[in-house]
Amino acid sequence: MLRLTIDNITVEVEEGTTILNAARKIGGKIVPPAMCYYSKLKGSGGKCRTCLVKIANTSEMDPRPIPKLVPSCSTLVQNGMVVENTISEQVLKERKAITEFLLINHPLDCPVCDQAGECDLQNLSYEHGLEETRYEEERREFAPIDIGEKIKLHMNRCILCYRCVYTAEQIINERVHGVLYRGDKAEISTFVENFVENDFSGNIIDVCPVGALTDRTFRFKSRVWFTNPMDAHRNCEKCSGKVALWMFGDDVYRVTGRKDKYNEVEEFICNECRFEKKKTSDWIIEGPRKINRTSVISQNHYEKLTKQSIINPTEGKTEQQE
Amino acid sequence: MGGKILLEKINIPGIETFDIYRKSGGYSAVEKALKTMTPAEVVEEVRKSGLRGRGGAGFPTGMKWGFIDRKSEKPHYLICNADESEPGTFKDRYLMEHLPHLLIEGMICSAFALEAKTAYIYIRGEFKYLIGILNKALSEAYANGFLGKNILGTSYCLDIYVHPGAGAYICGEETALIESLEGKRGNPRLKPPFPAFFGLYSCPTVVNNVETLAAVTSILNMGGDFYSKLGNGKSTGTKLISACGNINKPGVYEIEMGITVEDFIYSEKYCGGIKGGKNLKAVVPGGSSVPVLPAQLILKTASGQPRLMTYESLAEGGFETGTMLGSGGFIVYDEDQCMVRNTMSFARFYHHESCGQCSPCREGTGWQERLLYRIEHGLGRAKDIDLLADISKHIEGNTICPLGDAAAWPVSSAIRHFRNEFEFHIEHPEIVKNISHGNIDKYRK
Repeated sequence: MLRLTIDNITVEVEEGTTILNAARKIGGKIVPPAMCYYSKLKGSGGKCRTCLVKIANTSEMDPRPIPKLVPSCSTLVQNGMVVENTISEQVLKERKAITEFLLINHPLDCPVCDQAGECDLQNLSYEHGLEETRYEEERREFAPIDIGEKIKLHMNRCILCYRCVYTAEQIINERVHGVLYRGDKAEISTFVENFVENDFSGNIIDVCPVGALTDRTFRFKSRVWFTNPMDAHRNCEKCSGKVALWMFGDDVYRVTGRKDKYNEVEEFICNECRFEKKKTSDWIIEGPRKINRTSVISQNHYEKLTKQSIINPTEGKTEQQE
Repeated sequence: MGGKILLEKINIPGIETFDIYRKSGGYSAVEKALKTMTPAEVVEEVRKSGLRGRGGAGFPTGMKWGFIDRKSEKPHYLICNADESEPGTFKDRYLMEHLPHLLIEGMICSAFALEAKTAYIYIRGEFKYLIGILNKALSEAYANGFLGKNILGTSYCLDIYVHPGAGAYICGEETALIESLEGKRGNPRLKPPFPAFFGLYSCPTVVNNVETLAAVTSILNMGGDFYSKLGNGKSTGTKLISACGNINKPGVYEIEMGITVEDFIYSEKYCGGIKGGKNLKAVVPGGSSVPVLPAQLILKTASGQPRLMTYESLAEGGFETGTMLGSGGFIVYDEDQCMVRNTMSFARFYHHESCGQCSPCREGTGWQERLLYRIEHGLGRAKDIDLLADISKHIEGNTICPLGDAAAWPVSSAIRHFRNEFEFHIEHPEIVKNISHGNIDKYRK
């Protein structure tokens, strides 16, 4: 076991754990945001740079700071490491700058974006974004394209996290989409548009941290926060059949994987469950999903953080009462 | 001072052919290494020489070779990084064009030291004409028994392949180069793991610059101790400098490290002074990515000492008053050059070449270019200068690979040393518009 201190909180983790996963073990406010890392996707991470943290002490053997900030999602814990995340001015400053970089080419079309309300980029900019943009030049523009019958790609909103590329590589048998071009002209592409044929292609919608990949069967139907998420399952030959249903009254508006508090699905689901089974009778409903009270999805019941939860970041804020 | 080592034989007619190269003493280093030395002794010799990587970072080559995982059962690889695409640097091209066998000889010795059975020359796609020269030299070396199975009757076997890139600057970064060589998109990898453990096809790999590998030949010929006495301090040996810009004699020069910058610019032996007798304004001493320095700081350090052509002396003063030797692309500006325009063209290059993998570089390089374009064309605002400095500050150090730093340094240094020019552009848009060279309407978005 390795001992590691993040923001003055000490935790023991197994060898081979990354700083981000160690922070998630502690939980709460000190967890760095991650836009590209996805624990279920091998090789993901290191790209968005929002999870940069400061290493004040590399290890017990080598008690020196690392001059540059390191990505916590891909840096392994060493024994005696001391990490500074929210207590480091530098980290917060750079995170702010990176949030700004991610937003300069983002269209900020949240009012018409289906992802709004469950968007990682919204969460990130809510916490680390500037109030107004300093970017006054032209933004890059792409026309939205359909990748198959069920998935819409809005390249304008993409932050090039590569999660969908890794999904295509790892979940889907044949990878048919990747990244074309380079720099800020890079775009996600389906080399040939035959990849929707695959049974698990819909999972790229779930892994997308922004509204670049959205579900065409849910497109413009409702806002995320008007629908109720319910745990449900069915007997499925292809996947576990355990899903989250997004209900509006008695209607099933959308089916997704069950996402945890870091917005990662617990299990990947098949396209049949996701796109075809849109009737309540198709599912055995287990009950409402637990939603963070501070989330916009929690039925418009906005509640402020208690002061105590800010002072003591280790305790989950959902359990705090006014 | 000033003895040539790498370019010693460059004026012999036909030196690019095997026969002439061999007759003038070539391939003696291979004979020496393979017949009389062990791989560890070759590494030790290079370590003693103090040779530092000539690709730009200046990392000690012997140390890099020492990192390679020799316990691994996987094959080792040596890669020659011939993806020379830094604006202002053209030394490797010259070396490969005229002395292909010097590179091959250095590669055989280095591959032997690393116990590699396969080596690659990853060459920039634009250097099409060099691929033929290298392949011809390789086939001559094969025909004469210096490559292939059982070289010189020893048990050592080596194959060298030339692999052209597709014209991406980012593939000069060693991990992006490895990805590209594997047939993937040329995106840099996260480090660690370093290539010495986890490189090409997940095997221990060393990536060295063309000039570094060529220098190994000289080190083995003259001995590491002797080589380490050349040069100045920790900057040992000779360095190829590709000089360009407003000078009388642009070209590739081999210098012994330790001559003064003033000597290099003004002496007849090297650059021969500024063209048209004008005054020196600024110098970028190591290829477009290193910070630009104004005349008074490039000739003398902040403490008043004459600046020398060494890794240490050029870096003296940090980035506040110093710069870097980099890859040796020495760009000289006379008093009539516009630093804003120059910075814009550098920023455009890095914007074009960013791989787009990590956000600060992907978004920041484009932002830098667009801001600089506006300032250069008389559409700048007073706050833009500070904004530009702020952007480059946040790109620097936050990216996966050094391209982010390379994109930020020219911009931040130009603002640091030539802020008055930026201010002039903003305060006098009419003048700037009239002398501007581009048409804004044509500007691609």
